[in-house]
Amino acid sequence: MTAPQTPDRNPRRAFIAAAGAGVAGLGFTAIAPGLHLMAVGEANAATEARKAGTAASPAVRWGLLIDAGKCAPGCSKCIDACHNENGVSEKLPDPRQNSQWIRKIELVDRRNGRKTELPMMCQHCANPPCVDVCPTGASMKRADGIVLVDRHTCIGCRYCMMACPYKARSFVHAPLTQQNPEVPRGQGCVESCTLCVHRVDKGQQPACVESCPEGAMIFGDLNDTNSAIAKRIASVPTTQVRSDLRLNQGVRYQGI
Amino acid sequence: MKLLRILVTLITALIAVSPAQTLAGEGGRTAKPVVEIANPGKCVAPAEEMRRNHMEMLKHQRDRTMRQGIRGEPASLNACIECHASKKTGSVLGSNENFCQSCHSYVAVKLDCWDCHQPKAGFKAAGVKP
Repeated sequence: MTAPQTPDRNPRRAFIAAAGAGVAGLGFTAIAPGLHLMAVGEANAATEARKAGTAASPAVRWGLLIDAGKCAPGCSKCIDACHNENGVSEKLPDPRQNSQWIRKIELVDRRNGRKTELPMMCQHCANPPCVDVCPTGASMKRADGIVLVDRHTCIGCRYCMMACPYKARSFVHAPLTQQNPEVPRGQGCVESCTLCVHRVDKGQQPACVESCPEGAMIFGDLNDTNSAIAKRIASVPTTQVRSDLRLNQGVRYQGI
Repeated sequence: MKLLRILVTLITALIAVSPAQTLAGEGGRTAKPVVEIANPGKCVAPAEEMRRNHMEMLKHQRDRTMRQGIRGEPASLNACIECHASKKTGSVLGSNENFCQSCHSYVAVKLDCWDCHQPKAGFKAAGVKP
């Protein structure tokens, strides 16, 4: 089993919640703190937009919970939404060189033929191996647990791609022109799921979570015991893939 | 003595017509960068400061935004494009009349930002199935 999420006893948390309430009052989010917006099923509580000029807080740990039992076979809505949001559109002659921020995996139990599908992407580890191996410090973990590549310092050596046990990272092989203005990406750098950091900072959900027609994904703050994701993790059995590596991923799966 | 006076006059005359007087852009023989500014006077700092320090401002902002997650800073590449993208092409690149390219080609400084960042204002990316 894995280490439990540390309960948050940081007094700054209360301050941030109060600040978030101020932002909510200004109309960035339509809900008050503590009140959850029931978007899909019981799950997706809207997060609060962080005020301009404030840094990501270490009191928060963003995470995802994916219910593999609800993930529909053959559905690729999360992949399409991700690649649309992040402007991943290149089609190279060798399809193995195309960027892949999120992919579907099919698990088959050979003894009884039971099939399970699940989306796999950067697992946003608390102890990320990609950050350990990066020779330039480009691979980094933000204070709120989101693992990112700083392309300004990435030299494209691809050590992180080899270190990642989830095959989550891609290398950009060709020059790009169709980037989303909020998601800069270009040739010669490694990239992966950013947990839609540009949306999360605005108080929105990641594109994949929003697009899932089954409501199989929940996004939220793992450290906030009142969040939908933390409540679900506390009440049902969930798994971190390859938990034996003790990376303490922010992405968890239910029903695998 | 007369010879010396002639010599001094000659040197003064030489200095007067030396190339120092005809700096690039003033003589009419060298092309000046053509900078087209859609909303003048709305920049985050005066033009003199921007000309000298825009790269430093952007460098510090990019590190704060990328590493610490601070959003909404006054110096931001996307905010630059909003004002400075050409009205004709919607971009800061493309021809020597467009904002970034005009000066950078004039001073022969490589422009790396747009290898990754989107140079067109209001661009909407459309991803496709891989």
